Amino acid sequence: MILAIASGKGGTGKTTVSVNLARSLDSNVRLLDCDVEEPNCRLFLKGEKESEEIITMPVPQVDEALCDGCGECGRFCEYHAIVSFGKEPLFFAEMCHGCGGCAMVCPHKAITETGRRIGVVATIKSGNISLIEGKLDVGIAMAPPLIRAVKARLNSDTVSILDAPPGTSCPVISTIRGADFVLLVTEPTPFGLHDLKLAVKTVMELAMPFGVVINRMGSGDDRVNRYCRAENIPVFLEIPDDRRIAEAYSRGVLMVDALPEYRETFRKLMEKIEGFAAPSCGKEK
Amino acid sequence: MKELVVISGKGGTGKTSITAAFAVLAENPVVADCDVDAADLHLVLAPQIKERHEFRSGHEAVIRQDACSSCSKCITLCRFEAIKKGGMVDGKETYYVDPLSCEGCGVCARFCPDQAIDFNETVCGEWMVSETRCGPMVHARLGIAAENSGKLVSTVRKEARRIAEEQKSSLIIVDGPPGIGCPVIASLSGATFVLVVTEPTVSGEHDLERVLSLTNHFKIPAAICVNKWDLNPEMTERIEEMAMKAGAQVAGRIRYDRMVTKAQIEEKTAVEKESAAGEDMAQLWLSVKRMANI
Repeated sequence: MILAIASGKGGTGKTTVSVNLARSLDSNVRLLDCDVEEPNCRLFLKGEKESEEIITMPVPQVDEALCDGCGECGRFCEYHAIVSFGKEPLFFAEMCHGCGGCAMVCPHKAITETGRRIGVVATIKSGNISLIEGKLDVGIAMAPPLIRAVKARLNSDTVSILDAPPGTSCPVISTIRGADFVLLVTEPTPFGLHDLKLAVKTVMELAMPFGVVINRMGSGDDRVNRYCRAENIPVFLEIPDDRRIAEAYSRGVLMVDALPEYRETFRKLMEKIEGFAAPSCGKEK
Repeated sequence: MKELVVISGKGGTGKTSITAAFAVLAENPVVADCDVDAADLHLVLAPQIKERHEFRSGHEAVIRQDACSSCSKCITLCRFEAIKKGGMVDGKETYYVDPLSCEGCGVCARFCPDQAIDFNETVCGEWMVSETRCGPMVHARLGIAAENSGKLVSTVRKEARRIAEEQKSSLIIVDGPPGIGCPVIASLSGATFVLVVTEPTVSGEHDLERVLSLTNHFKIPAAICVNKWDLNPEMTERIEEMAMKAGAQVAGRIRYDRMVTKAQIEEKTAVEKESAAGEDMAQLWLSVKRMANI
């Protein structure tokens, strides 16, 4: 079972749901922090770092001796990451997607590829949770290659929970693709509803099964509930707007530790999801 | 011309509510919403759309089945796992490009031995120029699951600068995206001043630290403000201390106030309602103006 937790709007409680759900399960679980720009799961889970690996992506390296400045690489590159003005090309690493096209089109074989560091993936063991955390280096623009590296550590034997970044663009798609179910966390406000609708369009485009968690119930109005009812979208859980939850979160304390009655709430949430989700066949990741 | 960019690192800290309040308080600003994949500023500023433009950027590969000889070279070449098997048709394996995975690099189209792959320009969203009660606003909508959010951000900022010059406005206020990646970098490059909105939580603290390394990396002067500071006064102090060590100024604090959401429901900003958070935001605006020399 691969469960992705996503949201559209930021700060609605994706990480809260991910870490508390993971902790409430009786079995071993893998928690993959795919919000590699701002990974936060680790702040709530005390544990030993078991390993850390540097992640690189392929970028071009030009051999001056072989380059005659023909400019073919620059004409090919869709991202304007390599440009040539009649002499050895200039390379802008932050624009490069690592497609390898420049090395392939170079008629003089002057371009080879080398690894450029983009971040790290760490494994942290905390009780029943194996946390796999991706952390993008500051100043690196491309998150998807690092997200792919995090997801390469999925394990089909255990339940896996993916904590997605906010939004609806490439980093979110890279995260949720291949999951068996997507849980969308929102809040009962105009911003929350607007971004939930975008997130719903995204998961429908991907034809994935999904459900909704409404966080901070009582802080806004009932527009999210009305929308979900009208669209036949299941609301699996409503978490009240409770200052005790906010305060525990602010200190980095798990909600299920501060307020143990929520342990059962999260277990039931997982049961509901399992009732809905298609079983994993280890297909597309 | 000054360009003030409001960002946060962590999502949901109150960037948009504060940007909207600044738009109301500022004199003759141009407003730009650069959170292009979850834009919310229009929900409070209620823009009247004057112009709509298609955002065309990049290309997408499409396999022409009749020309494909099923050699599968494209699968080997594609680094993004965007070529998928479509099953057997008339005794021949078929392949197709999954548009959601395709990053538009063009490698498959260039090296297909049958020249069976088209490489078409794609529409990845739209951008709009609107009029609001605070002045002109440029905003955008990235297509669902579309690429090139960074380029769309650059387009929105360029258009906002053009309008500011035309209307002799000396200030652009930018609502930025969360995170520290591609669209954030595109929102920051060349900006005059950055305000980072954070919250007094372990996540807020962690994400602020990373965002301030980014503003330092680009050498853009930054100030911070802790929203809902009274939820954890100790953490607020810790965050402010850390920010000052990282070279940022502390521009203000905003009290936790349910009136912010109530105002949002009425399509208003907190400064247009009588509220504690509104008062704090007005104070914050005065310090940001002073710090950024606006």
